[in-house]
Amino acid sequence: MDQRPEIELRLTSDPMYLCGARELVGCIARRIGFSDIDCSKIALAVDEALSNIIRHGYDRAFDKPIWLGLTPLKPSASSIGGIVITLEDEAKQVDPCNMKGRDLEDIKPGGLGVHIINEVMDDVSYQKRAGRGMRLVMTKLAPRPDESPRLSDKAPGCTVTLNDRSPSRR
Amino acid sequence: MANPQSTFIGVERPEQGVVVLAPNADIDMSRSPELRSVLRQEMGGDTHKVVIDLDAVEYMDSSGLATLVEAMRNAGNASAKLVICNMNPKVSAIFEIARLDSFFSIVDSRDEAISL
Repeated sequence: MDQRPEIELRLTSDPMYLCGARELVGCIARRIGFSDIDCSKIALAVDEALSNIIRHGYDRAFDKPIWLGLTPLKPSASSIGGIVITLEDEAKQVDPCNMKGRDLEDIKPGGLGVHIINEVMDDVSYQKRAGRGMRLVMTKLAPRPDESPRLSDKAPGCTVTLNDRSPSRR
Repeated sequence: MANPQSTFIGVERPEQGVVVLAPNADIDMSRSPELRSVLRQEMGGDTHKVVIDLDAVEYMDSSGLATLVEAMRNAGNASAKLVICNMNPKVSAIFEIARLDSFFSIVDSRDEAISL
């Protein structure tokens, strides 16, 4: 797979823009063939990850950059396909080993984001970026190919421009 | 009394001591503070039941869930009841993922919530 996501979105760390990121992710997940409820869960996981970056990484500074990348995994002989979602930031770095959800038996407000991400996605990986910031890579596998609409099928209300793989501006 | 700052939460008092809060948009990190503010405001006085009608809420994240957990705690401390109703499957999914679906009183309709 190419190192660069096929779809990239740069957003500012303002909670007001979470809805746009959710719409994009949900739309692409639907096109790949995830069910409505799975699309909603995938969008939720991305929302939680973005919220964690804003809340903890940037200490609620609302003017910092976040890059959201999406790469559909097309079905092949060895894979059932899915979606890889990448989030990168320039926030403070943390030890990936410390990214753990809290004990759910201890019912209290907050601290559910990491648990939700781990529960929804099939694979979750946190990395320190070179220099500064963190990279979160989340993978969700799709249903069997024979149950999925084709990627070329047109989804209602969804217009997405794919990355032309030109050199990164970062 | 409704929060004069609230732009997305309808507040009704169908019976003495019962308040119904009906958000009309997604509840995420950008809107949870407003929901928290309204909940705190409506929890006092003679209120013995708070109904949260999620009929118009298509999406909720963990910040909304945390707000409701806090409200549930506050209701318990005030000897009041908090009931959630009209939750769609996408919203109920987060309650299940967080394993909080049994922590809350959740019913199907507003009428059921009011009469509970």
